[in-house]
Amino acid sequence: MSSIDFRTTHRLPLSPMRTVGIGLIALVAAIALLGPVIVPGNPLAQSLIKALAGPETAAPLGYDHLGRSVFHRLADALRLSPVIALAAVATAGAAGLVLGTLSAAKGGWIDRIFVMLADALLALPGLLLVLIVLAMVPGTALGFWAGLSLVLWVEFFRLTRAATRETLASPAVQASRLLGFGPAYLFRVHIWPEIAPMMLTAAAFGTATAIMAIAALGFVHVGMRAPTPELGLMMVELLPYWREAPLALLSPVVATFALLLGLTLLAGSRET
Amino acid sequence: MGGMKVLVSRLVQAVMVAILIGTATFIMMRSLPGDAAWRIAAGRYGYDNVDAAAADAVRGELGIDGPALPALLQWLSDLARFDFGNSLVSGQPVMDEIVHQLGASASLALVALLLSLVIGPPLGILAGLRPRGMLDRVLLVASTGVKAVPQFLMALVLIVLLAVHLRWLPAAGHGELRHFILPGLTLALGLAAVNARITRDAMARIADMPFWRFAQWKGLSERQTLLRHGLRNVSVPLITYLGLQFVTLVEGVIIVESIFGWPGIGHALVHAIFSRDVPMVQGTALVLGLGFVIVNSAIDLAVRRLDPRVAG
Repeated sequence: MSSIDFRTTHRLPLSPMRTVGIGLIALVAAIALLGPVIVPGNPLAQSLIKALAGPETAAPLGYDHLGRSVFHRLADALRLSPVIALAAVATAGAAGLVLGTLSAAKGGWIDRIFVMLADALLALPGLLLVLIVLAMVPGTALGFWAGLSLVLWVEFFRLTRAATRETLASPAVQASRLLGFGPAYLFRVHIWPEIAPMMLTAAAFGTATAIMAIAALGFVHVGMRAPTPELGLMMVELLPYWREAPLALLSPVVATFALLLGLTLLAGSRET
Repeated sequence: MGGMKVLVSRLVQAVMVAILIGTATFIMMRSLPGDAAWRIAAGRYGYDNVDAAAADAVRGELGIDGPALPALLQWLSDLARFDFGNSLVSGQPVMDEIVHQLGASASLALVALLLSLVIGPPLGILAGLRPRGMLDRVLLVASTGVKAVPQFLMALVLIVLLAVHLRWLPAAGHGELRHFILPGLTLALGLAAVNARITRDAMARIADMPFWRFAQWKGLSERQTLLRHGLRNVSVPLITYLGLQFVTLVEGVIIVESIFGWPGIGHALVHAIFSRDVPMVQGTALVLGLGFVIVNSAIDLAVRRLDPRVAG
């Protein structure tokens, strides 16, 4: 597998791996969005008499230990963390783009301060930052959004800054400047086409990182709180019953794996 | 860049890390939702035994309500003197608790790292020597798959498979050698998936170079070529990468320790955040952040030693 050189290819090549990745994401999205429309049901409704029962028409993936439909909880969970992840990636991407361009264009003290801040954040494990922010911000979803944005902007910042510095030093930009074009034009014509493909890769990785973080903290009981349907929380709730209801445990496991694999493949072959 | 300059920039990074964590934990202390005094009192005496008098006692003892700026400066100057204070829950000095837990975490991380180095790089070298061969293709699929498995999910799969289903290993516990295997393997597989790819790419690149072909042409066997000309070249990107993986490793340690009940620093951190034990959070976060800086300074220096081109 040859790595894709984003510097030379402005249009995204659709490699077989990327196609598989998009397919997996589309499949998971279909379950999350269309599933509850095709089979209506309530993810919070309990029916203890059906606890750990197998699949039936109203609940295609069976019931959990409290008699709630695993299918509808899964569909809810598959909307929750991706939405938080995408919101965090959008915020982080915008912040990283603006600050990275600013840093590269202005240089000097502004550049030095942002680089120092980014380096310091890079030294801290992302989960640690998310945990600290979660403890400060009221509301778990809001806390995840704020914490993950704080973790993820560094990557966007570094990519944008490096690419912008290189582009600004190129003869093409110097020619544009001599012709009297302003910063907005320079950004739109010279800088953005350079960074846009890298942004997509970073966004796919960032989304995967965010979904993993939310699920991991849910799994160790410091993320989303019950009874919210969340991927990690569902797994840890169903783990003690895996002999009685293996399908109930496998559903969130397989869905999470498919989603993360899809995002990793979409991101391309850059190593993390 | 000279060796001194590398160290100075790492020192600046360390100071920034300390200021960042100090300020963040200070804000955390100030902005805790609910009454911090009540929470801390509950952590000490249990939720059933807290009353207003106990909360007021804690409030007076810790000076929770005061003006913000002098308190922040005081907080940061304590930090600069490495005075982390006492844990709000146990009352023990934070330093003592951390020293105690750091050993457990460091040994787990070391076992995981060694396991990953036993699994990943040898496979990567074999795959890199025969690019597009059978092993290379299998390794690509396997490492892509494993990379998409978060550590907690890997832990879950290994627990269900090896501990519950086959009953080979204990699912949790600490103290004996066999307790290392499951948490160590959980962390090692994730690291090895990336190690193997890094090694494979480096090996394939080096095996394609003229000096490599010359070494074979002059009559060295593949084994001799690898030992004399390959390993040192492959080790440079691998070691650089290990430094970056330190963050992944620490993140994994936080999660894996919580899952397997490992009495280390990650477990302590999660508990400290849960019970809003801010001095403990600050102490553990600082140790993890500064650990990253120290490990990477050592790696910067090691790479300069291994690869004279960097130093020049």
